[in-house]
Amino acid sequence: MHDEIIIETRELTKVYGSITAVDHLNLTIKKGEIFGLLGPNGAGKTTTILMLMGLSEPTSGSIRVAGLDPVRQALSVKRIVGYMPDNMGFYGDLTGRENLFYTARLNGISPGRAKKKIEELLVRVGLKEASDRRVREYSKGMRQRLGIADVLLKDPEIIFLDEPTLGLDPEGTKELLDIILQLGKKEGKTILISSHLLHQVQAICDRVGIFVKGKLVAVGSISDLAKEIGSEQVIELKTRDMSVFPTEEIKAIPGVSSVEIHEDMAIIKGEEQDLAPKIVKALVAKDIDIYHLRARSSDLDDIYSRYFHEGEGKENGQTAKAK
Amino acid sequence: MAKLPKLSKIKDFIQKKGSKADSENIESTNPLATVFLKELADQLSSTRFFILFSLITLTGIVSFYSAASNIRGATEDVISNFVLIRLFTTSGSSLPSFTWFVSILGPLVGLSMGFDAINGEQNSGTMTRLLAQPIYRDDVINGKFLARLFVLVLMTLALGFFVAGMGIIMTGVPPTGEEVIRLLLYLGLSIVYMAFWLALAMLLSLVFRQTATSALCGISLWLFFSIFVPILADMIADAIFPVTKNADALTQLYNVRVSQGVSRLSPSTLYSEASVTLLSPNVRTLGPVLLEQVYGAISGFLPLDQSLLLIWPHITGLVAGTLIIFGITYTLFLRQEIRA
Repeated sequence: MHDEIIIETRELTKVYGSITAVDHLNLTIKKGEIFGLLGPNGAGKTTTILMLMGLSEPTSGSIRVAGLDPVRQALSVKRIVGYMPDNMGFYGDLTGRENLFYTARLNGISPGRAKKKIEELLVRVGLKEASDRRVREYSKGMRQRLGIADVLLKDPEIIFLDEPTLGLDPEGTKELLDIILQLGKKEGKTILISSHLLHQVQAICDRVGIFVKGKLVAVGSISDLAKEIGSEQVIELKTRDMSVFPTEEIKAIPGVSSVEIHEDMAIIKGEEQDLAPKIVKALVAKDIDIYHLRARSSDLDDIYSRYFHEGEGKENGQTAKAK
Repeated sequence: MAKLPKLSKIKDFIQKKGSKADSENIESTNPLATVFLKELADQLSSTRFFILFSLITLTGIVSFYSAASNIRGATEDVISNFVLIRLFTTSGSSLPSFTWFVSILGPLVGLSMGFDAINGEQNSGTMTRLLAQPIYRDDVINGKFLARLFVLVLMTLALGFFVAGMGIIMTGVPPTGEEVIRLLLYLGLSIVYMAFWLALAMLLSLVFRQTATSALCGISLWLFFSIFVPILADMIADAIFPVTKNADALTQLYNVRVSQGVSRLSPSTLYSEASVTLLSPNVRTLGPVLLEQVYGAISGFLPLDQSLLLIWPHITGLVAGTLIIFGITYTLFLRQEIRA
């Protein structure tokens, strides 16, 4: 696809007083990709985006956004980058259309062209009917969609979305993600999504970066990350009667390293990729009914919690050493 | 709350006017003008502005009316000149003068316009969105201040001219050229005074995160300057130069001087002294006068330039105060960091 790098940070650091919000971040995002910046709250995702936008000044390190330096050329960066903050605010007393018009005017779009464009965007995000109502009466989902329209007004090359699905119901989330996916895939825009809601973002991101305590602990596609985490498989298994679970037989299967029986579930850990079918076969041969089986390895949740804990562990280790 | 139809018309008009002006030079617009027009529309259509404007107009008109009814008795004796402008400073039988009301309510107007200018937008999340647009921060702060200043100018001139017109009709005395100039200067001074409070309110809205905090802080400062500073001034003066029964003239003189000096630190005092001097040409001095200084002086009116000379420090002080406070706000706003 595209291999041109559009966003690049080198040793980017931001310190607030005694807190290091972003710690020597090296991030590269290619043109036309949808990149998910994942991490828990307070990991420094928003701070990173603010610095990429030129809204916040880095303590040290360098940034390139489409060849521009946001610190020195903030205005040029803001011309090509659309930013949707997590608490996207609109003027409650104005209608959706008026809010968009104001943004269009600030971007130097002539009134005539602005009106046409706003009309198009309102249809696109599905706010045509509500466009003349005051934003105060909008629901959270409508606000987010208006936010997308607001970002698209300036026809950005790069779009930053900060927690776009936060507080949305499943229906609203799906609609929003569809719009984002369309922007990325059909229009070739570079999109950076920050989120702590992994499942939602997992579906649409080309690559994700896992961000913990200001550090990027892992980058890559979801499947790459799954490989990276190691070949260890964790299988959850439930049978009709756990008391007669053939622990020893399962352990005997090549590749299985441990079997733990919890109250009503067996947790089987092993090395081989096709462990689950083998176990199922063994159980079926013994005429045991399987109620539930889940292989957890390629799940983003695991990847995430794994890296998250790893990141925390490292952090603790470091502070321990420092002491 | 139901929006007033008239005001929304004004808003539409302003927006249309803005778009007409811009359609001539397509794609190159002035962000300052955009912010200015948006803020102006916000101000004019806000309920808050409507309530305050009604309040100041009503009290102004009522006090002016009662002054006009009373002035008949006052004019018969010595001074038959400057009837119109003296209406502004004459208090009626039960009501204080027009200028008194403006000096009390003016700060309130400025404060109410500015107290949430910046933190209001920060709290609603529109500030980040605004600053993510390709505009300079200067345009945002300047546009906000200028729009509010414009509303102040509009309001003060409208009220001043309306009341003056009413005065001419009621008294039947046509104003002289000097009266008109003095009136204009007074209105200009009032605008500067309100702008001072506006700038202060905007500074507070930048310093405090919560709109309630900045509003309360603004009101406390207003009470402090208009009520407590004069009291404080007397206390300080009495502490340094106590005036006892047999105090000599010099102590008394110093006492008055200190008291006046301290109270002039308050913009309210500066404004009241300046407005009285402008509107009452028979005010010849603002400080204490010794009997020997009056001896031989012919009582009469001060010419305009002499009145101006008397209050020049006041005007300079108020203008400088406004500019300094706005300058601080401007600098802080430009340096303010957006945090996650």
